[in-house]
Amino acid sequence: MKLMEPGTEIDGFVIGECVHAGGMGHIYRIGYADPGRKPPFPMAMKVPRMTGGDGAENIVGFEVEHQLLQALHGPHVPRFVAAGDLARLPYLVMEYIDGRPLQHWLDEATTTRRRPAASEIAALGAALATAAHSLHMQNAVHLDLKPGNVMIRSDGSAVLLDFGLSWHGHYPDLLAEETRLPVGSAVWMAPEQVVGMRGDPRSDVFAIGVMLYELACGELPFGEPQTRGGLRQRLWMDPVPPRAIAPETPDWLQEVILRCLEPEAKLRYPSAAHLAFDLANPDQVAVSERGRRTTREGFGTRLRRWIKAAGMHYEPSPLPSLQVDQIPIVMVAVPWKDASDATLYSLRTATNRSLGIRPGARLACVTVVSAGDSDHMVPGRGETDVHRAHLDRLRQWARGLDLEGHQVSFHVLEAGDVARALVDYARANAISLLILGAATHGVKFQRLIATVPVRVAMEAPCSVMLVKQSLPFERLGMEPTLAGDNAG
Amino acid sequence: MIGLSPMKLALLSDLHANLQALTACLADAHARGATHHAFLGDLVGYGADPGPVVDIVMRMVNQGAWALKGNHDAAAVNPDPTNRRADHVGGVWSHSQLSRPQRDFLADLPLVVRHDKLLLVHASAVDPARWSYITRPSEAAESMTAAQAQQATHVFCGHVHEQRLFYTGATGRTMAFEPTAGVALPVPAHRQWLATIGSVGQPRDGRPEAGYAILDVTTLQLTFVRVPYDHRAAAAAILKAGLPSFNAMRLAIGQ
Repeated sequence: MKLMEPGTEIDGFVIGECVHAGGMGHIYRIGYADPGRKPPFPMAMKVPRMTGGDGAENIVGFEVEHQLLQALHGPHVPRFVAAGDLARLPYLVMEYIDGRPLQHWLDEATTTRRRPAASEIAALGAALATAAHSLHMQNAVHLDLKPGNVMIRSDGSAVLLDFGLSWHGHYPDLLAEETRLPVGSAVWMAPEQVVGMRGDPRSDVFAIGVMLYELACGELPFGEPQTRGGLRQRLWMDPVPPRAIAPETPDWLQEVILRCLEPEAKLRYPSAAHLAFDLANPDQVAVSERGRRTTREGFGTRLRRWIKAAGMHYEPSPLPSLQVDQIPIVMVAVPWKDASDATLYSLRTATNRSLGIRPGARLACVTVVSAGDSDHMVPGRGETDVHRAHLDRLRQWARGLDLEGHQVSFHVLEAGDVARALVDYARANAISLLILGAATHGVKFQRLIATVPVRVAMEAPCSVMLVKQSLPFERLGMEPTLAGDNAG
Repeated sequence: MIGLSPMKLALLSDLHANLQALTACLADAHARGATHHAFLGDLVGYGADPGPVVDIVMRMVNQGAWALKGNHDAAAVNPDPTNRRADHVGGVWSHSQLSRPQRDFLADLPLVVRHDKLLLVHASAVDPARWSYITRPSEAAESMTAAQAQQATHVFCGHVHEQRLFYTGATGRTMAFEPTAGVALPVPAHRQWLATIGSVGQPRDGRPEAGYAILDVTTLQLTFVRVPYDHRAAAAAILKAGLPSFNAMRLAIGQ
């Protein structure tokens, strides 16, 4: 395929510098040919390699990416501008993403011979997982996440590129394989992709795990398999634990990475939002033996997986947003002042009920304290002590919950504006359901100002459950005045 | 002749004498900017209003719409009282409800319409008068092959009362896809496509909403549509006409 000269005009666009030349095609910076027309954002044109001898998969990849770019939206994908006709001159025009590819962090670590700090790996991973989750909620799965396809913007957020192998539940899967030929990049491909399964959001969680592993260890967890047999190994083989290669890896990070890399999808994080949550809250990661081990799992475990893997085969997937919705992150806002026992009891009952019908759901218990509140505390107690005291109260509150099969974490937020803090937290952590008391957080001023529950209900990015007291102690004996209002 | 002006083709099939559903679908298609209409057969059968439904289609055909013959239409023209199949059982009643001009209209309907790369047929493009059902990729593949022999890349049909899109996958195999209503699907002409567009008058996928599809012929984008309509009124009309009560009941549950 011939490189286009800068200045070439195509369908009203003028070609600029070629910023990438790879096996799949070329990427150019472009502008509008009409000098009076200013693009609303920088643009890039991707021209797929599609000359005579090129395989059909490039054409399909182009079609798939065209479909996906038109359908996807949000800050984690490039905005779509235009596409060239497949028969005449195929190209895709999209937003040019100004950022660093994730590959730069890996290259830098190799050059400087220093692994990135755990906190930096966690931040990159959380950005990646957040971006992947945004895709999953739009019923798409990327299926080809790798360091070259991820751009990190200067604000630390991630943008995903290259949707040529992706899957979208609303469109016919042009790459569907009933012949069990894997589609994807061998290094990052999830085990279920190896047997031709597409459409599982947890495949992206696996790919993120591979990237985190390489960031932490400087090695690939499954090498670069060249054969089908080599590729299939990951269906039963777990990688060498990161701490065996890079002993400075904290146990929580190893726990996160190995959970992403579980050969069985159902043992991984159930959604990318759960993964992002752990990476954003390292101190809340429940570290198991998986986080501490320095050798691979035993032969028995591998044999069991091997037998299971032999029966795995292609099957159509349900919509990712439905899969992800079934294992939500539930957040409960626990008030710390002016809260009656009845309120706390009712919140606990409602939380139990919500978790019970959502197997695998994780729970975030959140309390908001205002910055000045420590002043009222006993003199001599510093802010950390106040913080710790609140965490203890949260833990105590949660003791009455049935948390079998649920992960739980505790968070004390400091903010003056309680409603804002709760809503922001829900948004940042992809919360699916926010539970709070209907009559908490300053309800006494209800008639004068919009109360916290009302504001949260109006502004929250998710469903909000307002819990009424189920033990109306104050109202015992008041029933007659409540009934009969509508008589006549 | 179509010319270069944008062409949005509303594809409606298996109306089954359901006037309420047809009216709702036509209004919806109008709101979506449909410029052309095609009725893929089974205008009558099961429902209470064969006459009014045929009148609407006749009027639209006079204005340039396409209409095809389905097995229920054929049975309404020449009902066989000894045949226990649903189309013939209902055909006896439909025959009695239709005027001579309405029956002549049904009798003259074609089995297949081909327009450029599009092929419209009630059932399968393989021997259309055999009324074969297309529910599996292998059946779709046969119909697509028959259409390909007539230089058609896009086959649209009804008969099965379910919305489904069949296409050629990466390995050349025919794959089935369950569409989400309201999503515009690109159906480029370098592939073969076959869509069963669902039923206006008697959906059978467990949802009561009337089904049809719109093809933007200019951009080659296909949208499957579901339209809520007054299925209680349609059911009441069926009972009032003295038709089997199951014909009425099934509308509410989409069976």
